[in-house]
Amino acid sequence: MKSFYTWASIAVIVLASTGGDVLLAKAMSKIGDVGLIRQEHGMLAVVRRVVSSGWFALAICCMAVAFFSLLFSLSWGDVSLVAPAAASLTFVANALSAKWFLGENVDRRRWIAAVFVAAGVALLAR
Amino acid sequence: MNFRKYLVLLAIIIFGSCGDVLLSRGMRDVGQIRLSQIPHLIPALANPWILLGIGCLLIFFTSYSTALSWADLTFVLPATAIGYVVIALLSHFFLHEQISIQRWLGILLIVIGVGFVAGGPHRSDQTEVSDDVEAVTDASELYSGAGEGRS
Repeated sequence: MKSFYTWASIAVIVLASTGGDVLLAKAMSKIGDVGLIRQEHGMLAVVRRVVSSGWFALAICCMAVAFFSLLFSLSWGDVSLVAPAAASLTFVANALSAKWFLGENVDRRRWIAAVFVAAGVALLAR
Repeated sequence: MNFRKYLVLLAIIIFGSCGDVLLSRGMRDVGQIRLSQIPHLIPALANPWILLGIGCLLIFFTSYSTALSWADLTFVLPATAIGYVVIALLSHFFLHEQISIQRWLGILLIVIGVGFVAGGPHRSDQTEVSDDVEAVTDASELYSGAGEGRS
């Protein structure tokens, strides 16, 4: 039963942190190149656009859920399983959701990168 | 990709990994905290390592958001994954943790993975507009070329 809870918490962390990354990417690509906005309208304009973005607020909420569920599961779960499994699965989940939800062109080069990095993180964080 | 954009990626790598290592160093002073003792985290904010770590992570988050404003998520994530390697090296030399053969193998895999995206384009044409893929690619190349000329 304990392993069920461990994997359930890994699933929650992966979903929340993928959601956070995808929503943040959505927010920032909608806002546009902040370097150019700063050059043309100043730093205040950048802050105003970011703070008033609904996608950005949602992204922060997801990241907070991911952070606290990681903290929570680390307090009782198997640290050597939860941390690497969550981090490396998040890489693959991010590639999938960037393709589905952001319409990014995830070509073979990016897939290989995601899989290699995910495997590397799993080995590293153990 | 111009020089300014490489600097932003570098900031993500450096401040992200330094932030994590500094937090880890600070929490070593604070000691173990159970979930029922969350209020005990408040005095931890007075620890200089933790304050430095939070500062680094704030810079990391700003640079990460900046990068996502001009690059794809599937480019930024693997390209900055080299930060995991930096964390491993920092924790070896700064926190004196051991790096096993398994971890060196992990470092090698991450470096190979990063190599795969680093040479590729940082913004792909979106699949919704795949009818005009070539036109869009040409236009974005012209655009990024102009950006590089300006800065």
